[in-house]
Amino acid sequence: MGIPSLAAMLATALIAIAVLAASGDNAIFMPGLLEGAWLTVRIAVVGCGLAVITATAAALCRLYGPAPLRWLAVTYVEFFRGTSALVQLFWLFFVLPDFGIFMEPFTVAVLGLGLNVGAYGAEVVRGGIQGVQRGQWEATTALNMTRWQALRRIILPQAFVAMIPPWGNLFIELLKSTALVSLITMSDLTFKARTLNDFSMQTIPIFTLALLMYLVLSLTITIGMRWLERKSLRGMVRGRGR
Amino acid sequence: MTETVDRPMVRFEGVTKRYGSLTVLDSLNLDIGRGEKVAIIGPSGSGKTTVLRMLMTLERIDGGVIWVDGEPMTHMQKNGKLVPAEAKHLRRVRSKIGMVFQHFNLFPHMTALGNCIEAPMTVLGLPRREAEERAADLLNLVGLGEKKGHYPAQLSGGQQQRVAIARALAMRPKIMLFDEVTSALDPELCGEVLQVIRKLGSEHDLTMLMVTHQMGFAKEFADRVCFFYQGKICEQGEPRELFTAPKNERTQQFLRAVLEAV
Amino acid sequence: MIWNWEYTIEILPVLARAAIVTIEATFLSFFIALVLGLVLAVLRMSGPIVGWLASAFVELVRSTPLLIQIFFLFFVLPRFGIVLDAFTAGIIALSIHYGCYCSEVYRAGLEAVPRGQWEACTALNVSSWHTFKNIILPQAIPPIVPALGNYLVALFKDTPLLSAIAVLELVQTAKNLGSENFRYTEPMTIVGVAFLVLSLVSAVAIRWLERRLNRRSVR
Ligand SMILES: Nc1ncnc2c1ncn2[C@@H]1O[C@H](COP(=O)(O)OP(=O)(O)OP(=O)(O)O)[C@@H](O)[C@H]1O
Ligand SMILES: [Mg+2]
Repeated sequence: MGIPSLAAMLATALIAIAVLAASGDNAIFMPGLLEGAWLTVRIAVVGCGLAVITATAAALCRLYGPAPLRWLAVTYVEFFRGTSALVQLFWLFFVLPDFGIFMEPFTVAVLGLGLNVGAYGAEVVRGGIQGVQRGQWEATTALNMTRWQALRRIILPQAFVAMIPPWGNLFIELLKSTALVSLITMSDLTFKARTLNDFSMQTIPIFTLALLMYLVLSLTITIGMRWLERKSLRGMVRGRGR
Repeated sequence: MTETVDRPMVRFEGVTKRYGSLTVLDSLNLDIGRGEKVAIIGPSGSGKTTVLRMLMTLERIDGGVIWVDGEPMTHMQKNGKLVPAEAKHLRRVRSKIGMVFQHFNLFPHMTALGNCIEAPMTVLGLPRREAEERAADLLNLVGLGEKKGHYPAQLSGGQQQRVAIARALAMRPKIMLFDEVTSALDPELCGEVLQVIRKLGSEHDLTMLMVTHQMGFAKEFADRVCFFYQGKICEQGEPRELFTAPKNERTQQFLRAVLEAV
Repeated sequence: MIWNWEYTIEILPVLARAAIVTIEATFLSFFIALVLGLVLAVLRMSGPIVGWLASAFVELVRSTPLLIQIFFLFFVLPRFGIVLDAFTAGIIALSIHYGCYCSEVYRAGLEAVPRGQWEACTALNVSSWHTFKNIILPQAIPPIVPALGNYLVALFKDTPLLSAIAVLELVQTAKNLGSENFRYTEPMTIVGVAFLVLSLVSAVAIRWLERRLNRRSVR
């Protein structure tokens, strides 16, 4: 789907939320849901930041690090991709206190989700770097650049463009898995929907509103990433840009 | 080591290159003088590209020594002995060499100007303004003064290759390597690139080593032509001589085949 | 004491029983998802209105968390007089969620079959149902088996979400054991290791399958 039709969907979802909120007594649910959505957004944003950082570090270690770092990176990736996100969250939340390590739920949430998505991201980054043509590396050697200069100035910027779409998917995955934090006592959007449902029994409007809010957030990510992709491709592809 | 004017700019001394069991270059000896323009010709797979890539340190060598400007490049002198070079040593020697590739290898995310100022700024540490002035001069030299702000994808193949030449020159190399720089181009675009190389040859004091399939250009431009066959120099000499009266049978065969194809 | 072996041995049989629930849920949901995904894929390719509706549905499901979908089904269906136990509601949610993902995979597979195959069948006067079932599908499925396999593993790793509606699968059981004995380390770690081992084994199996299928299609 192109950006215009995604934007149309976004607008439709926003209108649907407004209409639903305005009908009946549904308005009373909005403050709670929006409060939850705000926490969801905060966890998602910090989690995505952490995911990008760990993914890049892990990929670079795996590709160019000395053997111990390489092994560490492989273990990290396989471990976090091999176990499920909820198990990881529960482990951080329930087991670490057994070892005397206590963390804020927010920290647990960001750490758990960020590291989980970062493990998938590491493979995206690795693929992106490896996808850059060998000739580019050779050109940097011919220009006498160091490996680090080449990576930073030539290889990573090109890999970046190729990585935008898969990262868009991963950000959406992360946004969706923020719902899991409702199971470790955090009052995110899903948690708010559940509690509101528990005492009002207005199941259908509440959950529909919550679903629509998630849809709005996902669409925002998708549109943002599409825009970013188009912007970074400017000039690099024939028939675009200047 | 003392400066001697007549020592060669590049010297291959018994250089051997293998890929697995395949010996691509078999103890090659080749001297290239200061400011000399050498054309390398030969059938496909004879090791022409490999020679250039080894000189650019894109390939490791399996035997022998390459000397650049009187210094061993692949090796360095330690306590009077030659030992394999460290990265730092390689980088210092490499700064004397520039290379232009068959497929340009321009940086697609940078404009023509960006391509030309990148290495001068990051590697040589030039301030941006100075790097831009230098790049602008070179882009003018290759006839692309107007296209500074264009990305590679917005340039024709010939224009891209000329940017690549300017990019290599921006590092002020003493030796330029050209690997079939026109063979990815449509015939009508070859001329503009060859014209630039001609200009470089006459106006600058560069040592040039070029692999080419354009016999006409090699004949007119080179001081010396080397014919490669199966990883060895089969015959070399002045172009007029080698092209009109080749002594070696293989050379004769090759030239006959090339001329027939035209 | 960092690791209590006695406790470990005591809880292992309980966790083993829970593992059976997890595995049942995985395969049952995946089977339904495979069928549902194919139906959705076909719907998406048939007619503008139906196609658009199906696409919008897939987009909606893929854009929202599985957990809230599980809650939605669990709490909403009873409103329509459909009272389901938690296990069934959870299976339905998993099936729908992964059915939508699978439909994307099917679509890619179906679109990869050359148009000429349809045209040849039309020329041979074979009915379109027959063409689809006997000519197109057999060509579309093998290349997408690995992709589907990856979703099987993903689904498996999402079954812990059923713990949110108190299905006694691995994670919920571990959690219960932990809160009963005030000791989470052993049950949670065992569950983590179990997931790790099973996913790694499946990943290897999928890679093996992929190689085999590739070999066959090259020949
Ligand atoms: N990375 C590699 N691995 C294995 N063999 C290689 C590799 N690179 C080159 N070769 C082999 O080395 C030989 C020489 O290759 P080279 O590229 O130098 O030939 P060339 O003379 O430049 O040919 P052409 O005119 O086709 O460009 C060839 O037989 C080639 O197959
Ligand atoms: Mg070559």
